[in-house]
Amino acid sequence: MRGLTLGYGVSDRMVTVVSKTRSPKTAWSWFIHAMRNRSFAVGITVTALVVLMALVSIVWTPYDITKLTIPDRLQGPSLTHLFGTDHFGRDLFSMVMEGSRNSMSVALIAVGVGLFIGVPLGCLAAAKRGWLDDVLMRGADVIFAFPALLSAIMITAIFGPGAINAIIAIGIFNIPVFARVTRGAALAIWQREFILAARAAGKSASRITVEHILPNIANLLVVQATIQFSLGILAEAGLSYVGLGAQPPSTSWGRMLAEAQTMMGIAPQMALAPGIAIIATVLGLNLLGDGLRDITDPQTENLAAHG
Amino acid sequence: MAAFILRRFLMLIATLFVASLIVFAVLEIVPGDPARLMLGLNASEDAIEALRNEMGLNQPIIPRYVSWVGGLLIGDFGTSYTYRVAVSELVTERIVVSLPLAILALALSTSIALPVALLAARHRGTSADTAIMTATQVGVAIPNFWFALLLVYLFAVTLQWVPAVGFPGWGDDPAGSLTALILPAIALALPQAAILSRVTRSALLEALSQDYIRTARAKGVAEGDVLWKHALRNALIPVLTILGLQFAFLLAGTIIIENVFTLPGLGRLIFQAITQRDLIVVQSVVMLLVVTVISINFLVDIAYAWADPRLRGQR
Repeated sequence: MRGLTLGYGVSDRMVTVVSKTRSPKTAWSWFIHAMRNRSFAVGITVTALVVLMALVSIVWTPYDITKLTIPDRLQGPSLTHLFGTDHFGRDLFSMVMEGSRNSMSVALIAVGVGLFIGVPLGCLAAAKRGWLDDVLMRGADVIFAFPALLSAIMITAIFGPGAINAIIAIGIFNIPVFARVTRGAALAIWQREFILAARAAGKSASRITVEHILPNIANLLVVQATIQFSLGILAEAGLSYVGLGAQPPSTSWGRMLAEAQTMMGIAPQMALAPGIAIIATVLGLNLLGDGLRDITDPQTENLAAHG
Repeated sequence: MAAFILRRFLMLIATLFVASLIVFAVLEIVPGDPARLMLGLNASEDAIEALRNEMGLNQPIIPRYVSWVGGLLIGDFGTSYTYRVAVSELVTERIVVSLPLAILALALSTSIALPVALLAARHRGTSADTAIMTATQVGVAIPNFWFALLLVYLFAVTLQWVPAVGFPGWGDDPAGSLTALILPAIALALPQAAILSRVTRSALLEALSQDYIRTARAKGVAEGDVLWKHALRNALIPVLTILGLQFAFLLAGTIIIENVFTLPGLGRLIFQAITQRDLIVVQSVVMLLVVTVISINFLVDIAYAWADPRLRGQR
């Protein structure tokens, strides 16, 4: 649980062991079974809706958000403008759609950065142990010592505001999270008998990692990825809010909130729409993560059910 | 125990050393010459060169690093490029806003989270538990600056109970200053309380599943005492870890909230320093926060080992 408040939910106790991988044939029946878990069902539905909204916004939004129509400004919610309009007469629903694409892509790519660098490092630490393990984990400790959001603000402010630097700033802090989770889980797998058998059969450490370790920790990594995804959405919102994320004419939920702040006295609906979008997305992802953890890890399910 | 503390302490020094290298290196590769920025566009090359000498910018990199770290150790944080005063003075001036805010928020979050977690753990599986868990799930998802905007709208704009922004200063108006910290503290505290109550609840449930709890119940200890005296005390370790980290987070993480309320705290100082390229301020304040985080982690580790001797052998 350490680091949770800094924006990283890592727990060494979350280590679980999954004995075998599923064949694709059973994927649908697994999904039907998973939908019985309420957290998973709500989480996947909300997340799918937001992803759909982001995808649709690539080709279509109800109104063009780069066009200012001053006569229509500051309208309340109506049938023509679902969430109302802002101080430039832009349609808030279109802006929320456009914002969903920017917020989600920044958070998603930042998770990708963490996965692609952190997971190999974690596997390496678990496979080699010794000084390399020590160096890598102490390195993770050093990064954890930096207040994440503050450092992200520092990075984006110094290297220039914008989506790319926001991705880097958020992504850097995902690397030690995935490295630690991967190492912890991989270490537990390395202790198991089937690994001993594989070693006795002469398989190399890298082959064991790819063939046996990774498939067995994949569930855990998916759960962690959804958590980091939701934290990335919050971090992106914070960065954009202080003007260091998405730049005009593009927008993101955080940026919309920054613009809403100046209009708070006359148009509070401007703050409502992006705020609810952030909460719904983060909530959806967290529920999805909880649901996946319950489904893939019977131990915590029991703990939750029986206390 | 002494060997354990020594080993941890050496690790703390090593971590601080590496962290200081990172902070120094990141700000070293920043584009832009501080001397040029300070003097503005019309400055002559000679004046810029003279200032660079005065600021020690023409020295090689290693002596500059050494003098920076040496200065930090004796409390000399350097002189701000833009404010032209000692950084330590700026920090002292700002910390009297940030520290009370962090303490207020932490106190608020703890006094909400502990009773809520005890209630949920005691009535686990009931509708009360479900309601609390749902509420905290939503609480975790709320960005604190959005919550702050709503608070401003409700209490400052609509009801006009408190001023929306600004800070009168402790010397001029102590009561007004405290009032100015209330909304920011609530905005910071509620999302933290949501996290804290979730952690505390799971820690309590884990403690409650232990054998000594069964023993306590078997010998007839009242359920309230089981919860307060046995479970809570054993659940405190993860709770204290989170509290320690939340405090460090609150000191540093107020950066955005301080911007919402235009409070002259540490977060706002560092934000302004970053935008004005006042690198010495950024370096020193970031380092100060890193030292705080690392020290809190160190103390938590020591407290763990003191409470649980099994941990002393681990690396």
